[in-house]
Amino acid sequence: MKNQKWLVPTFYIVFLMLPIYWLLNMSFKTTNEILGTFSMFPLEFTLDNYKKIFTDPTWYNGYLNSITYVVINTLISVTVALPAAYAFSRYRFLGDKHLFFWLLTNRMAPPAVFALPFFQLYSAFELFDTHIAVALAHCLFNIPLAVWILEGFMSGVPKELDETAYLDGYSFWRFFVRIFVPTIAAGIGVAAFFCFMYSWVELLLAKTLTSVAAKPIAATMTRTASTAGYELGLLAAAGTLTIIPGAVVIYFVRNYIAKGFALGRV
Amino acid sequence: MPEEQNMAKITLQNIKHSYLRQPVESQDYALKEVDAVWSNGGAYALLGPSGCGKTTLLNIISGLLTPSEGRVFFDDNDVTDIPTIERRIAQIFQFPVVYDTMTVFDNLAFPLRNRGVAEDKVKLRVNEVAVMLDLEDSLKRRASGLTADGKQKISLGRGLVREDVNVIMFDEPLTVIDPHLKWLLRSKLKELHQQLGITMIYVTHDQTEALTFADRVLVMYDGTVVQVGTPVDLFERPGHTFVGHFIGSPGMNILPCEIRDGAASFAGNVLQTASPLPTADNERVEVGVRPEFVRFDDSGFAVEIVKIDDLGRYKIVVVRCNDSTLKMIVDEDIRIPSESPRISFDPEYTRLYTDGWVVE
Amino acid sequence: MHKTVNQKAWLFVVPVVGLVAFNALIPLMTVVNYSVQETFGDNVFFWEGVKWFEQVLNSDRFHDSFLRQLAFTGMILVIEVPLGIVVALSMPRKGPWVSVCLVLMALPLLIPWNVVGAMWNIFALPDTGLLGRMINGLGIEYNFTQQPVAAWLTTVLMDVWHWTSLVVLLAYAGLCSIPDAYYQAAKIDGASSWAVFWRIQLPKLKRVLTIAILLRFMDSFMIYTEPFVLTGGGPGNTTTFLSIDLVKIALGQFDLGPAAAMSLIYFLIVLLLCWVFYTLMMRGEEQ
Repeated sequence: MKNQKWLVPTFYIVFLMLPIYWLLNMSFKTTNEILGTFSMFPLEFTLDNYKKIFTDPTWYNGYLNSITYVVINTLISVTVALPAAYAFSRYRFLGDKHLFFWLLTNRMAPPAVFALPFFQLYSAFELFDTHIAVALAHCLFNIPLAVWILEGFMSGVPKELDETAYLDGYSFWRFFVRIFVPTIAAGIGVAAFFCFMYSWVELLLAKTLTSVAAKPIAATMTRTASTAGYELGLLAAAGTLTIIPGAVVIYFVRNYIAKGFALGRV
Repeated sequence: MPEEQNMAKITLQNIKHSYLRQPVESQDYALKEVDAVWSNGGAYALLGPSGCGKTTLLNIISGLLTPSEGRVFFDDNDVTDIPTIERRIAQIFQFPVVYDTMTVFDNLAFPLRNRGVAEDKVKLRVNEVAVMLDLEDSLKRRASGLTADGKQKISLGRGLVREDVNVIMFDEPLTVIDPHLKWLLRSKLKELHQQLGITMIYVTHDQTEALTFADRVLVMYDGTVVQVGTPVDLFERPGHTFVGHFIGSPGMNILPCEIRDGAASFAGNVLQTASPLPTADNERVEVGVRPEFVRFDDSGFAVEIVKIDDLGRYKIVVVRCNDSTLKMIVDEDIRIPSESPRISFDPEYTRLYTDGWVVE
Repeated sequence: MHKTVNQKAWLFVVPVVGLVAFNALIPLMTVVNYSVQETFGDNVFFWEGVKWFEQVLNSDRFHDSFLRQLAFTGMILVIEVPLGIVVALSMPRKGPWVSVCLVLMALPLLIPWNVVGAMWNIFALPDTGLLGRMINGLGIEYNFTQQPVAAWLTTVLMDVWHWTSLVVLLAYAGLCSIPDAYYQAAKIDGASSWAVFWRIQLPKLKRVLTIAILLRFMDSFMIYTEPFVLTGGGPGNTTTFLSIDLVKIALGQFDLGPAAAMSLIYFLIVLLLCWVFYTLMMRGEEQ
């Protein structure tokens, strides 16, 4: 019985991989084949779908747009969350607990609630259809998340570290940048990972705030599905390509993810 | 099961253990070669620095680990491949283990209920043990709410509650206990040992704990047992320089030694020792003497005083002779010579060591 | 940890508060503003009081989508939490397979949500999809674009596919943080593996499971993109959950007043339910 334990994760992973395999399978098929025959692997193997994506600017710009606003958002979120998380983990101040709770409630706000007001807000600031608009909008849920994760990691660092550094004559900012930030590097990695993840997968706000210039790849896909007929192969190829950045990021942070989750700050 | 009650002599035969799958050299082994016999009803301590293999040895006795090589016997029965649950052993760990969701009573009853003991018997035993450990008042409380020492008492109680237990093993059980409670809990253990006559094995890296608890102490160093003996043995006749150095405060002076013309000498001064001269001449020879057995003596050899620490009832004097420094403990009423001090070693407690091992 | 009182700490928090407030308060005020007014375009507004709130709260449409939402969230919690625990329990603790498992399992979490929907659409289509073909091949008539039950089950299955890994990762991290001594003590006490699960593992997982349930509750209550891409809320309205309904009203029909009122009610429900969940689970901890 005990030796059969590996069956459970294996079946689970097979279940996870099946739809992804199917997407991959479809991406190498021609539209004719998809509609005409049913097969477990491409009979007329083709790279045309990928070729189209890499040559058509509306497609590859979608990728660049997505990556641009995701990176900007991750940078902003982590940078502003660092000092705030430090304040929450080290000091008591007027309204600290309420403020922390209020931040977290924003993680609970359904993006659908904010879609329309966001459109008006960012239009009013003439930021509509810019990368920065999406990056800022995603701060709504990513900053609370980053503060929450980082506060967890910082609380694990003994206060003596700070005090020793001050006794050694470090100024606050020098201590923060030179000693404290390297100490919680793993926490910053985890926070950045989750900011990246949520910004990368979110579409409702990203789609609402963009039209052409900053349109995310995921939104390009929906447009294709409706306007250019049902080009399943192209859609599958684009979908497959959106999995890659996530896979790369997971691979690099795989040892930190479990740690971040372990702190219960996700 | 009266005949089984006596089954308690533990014999370890050529035990080796490695955590690697394919150990090659001796550094791959956590336990290099251990032979030991623990007789019924004794209070033993297993003393050694962190990482010397103490916990590994304990887990092999309890069956949590199967040794890579060698056999474990309980009396004459080979138990090497018998699972923990059938070994009649209790083990208490460094960090207290309690089952958070259960009350103190249920925690103590847990090992009995798992073994299918009748409920009225369970009640009887739990109450007996609770009295022994002063836990009567908290039986109805949730175990998670207790302090560290209370939790450690529960861990201990789960061992005591079983009537079939022949050996209780403690793996640094007082690590997380407040200093002033440590002493209380340790006396409690000693008292229980006298009351119940169960073999107890106490693992620690703290010499005071080991020496006050145990009748016999096994000193471990780097995967081997370097000496087994009473606390007095370990103090007066260290079998290995490690024992001399690790036990005692400050530890034994270990000085370079020359064998010339049929005599042992240190820094050119011939020494009288309790050891015969070593036979093989290609080994490193050292002389060991405890600070307690070094005294000022006008007929001794000349040294230079480096430092004097006054600790009230006695002083620790650090002296230098050639390139070696050594420590001596001097009673408060003895005058320390101010010029040209000379010292000598008590021959009865001065021993020679080759490659660390005493010459006898 | 003991914290010192220091009001200057506010300076550290100001950037965060500023950014989040900009994103949260201004839109929220816009929503409140709309929720009490009527407009016919051209920025002309009329005061309507709580009319929209009454209308939403009394409408069958809202009741239906709210009940659908509750049923959906309940179903995915009942499936994902136990499944996640079982998978985490049977994962290896060390060795090269740990990384492989973690990376493969985390993969669905990092796929854009509409790609998840599109992928499942392609996967489940009755004529070209693997799943659709397989189920029809078993002799069961299956077409999630036509049959309400099939649409529901496909949506639930998709969410299980998408999010169970989150529970797995959390539970796995929780399991890894249980010291070996607990398992060793349980062996010495003669505990069965069921007792080990019930008395050691589950109690130690309580904290991470609380977080897992809260997160899954919140996120599934806000679900929009995946079912929208998969089923478009159909067939009919059978998979129209709260967010889908809201977007239909706000952007589809441009009924700003009712949409805003519904937004506020929706937000308050999420907050309230989270608070209830949290207090219930924390109360268990104190006892």
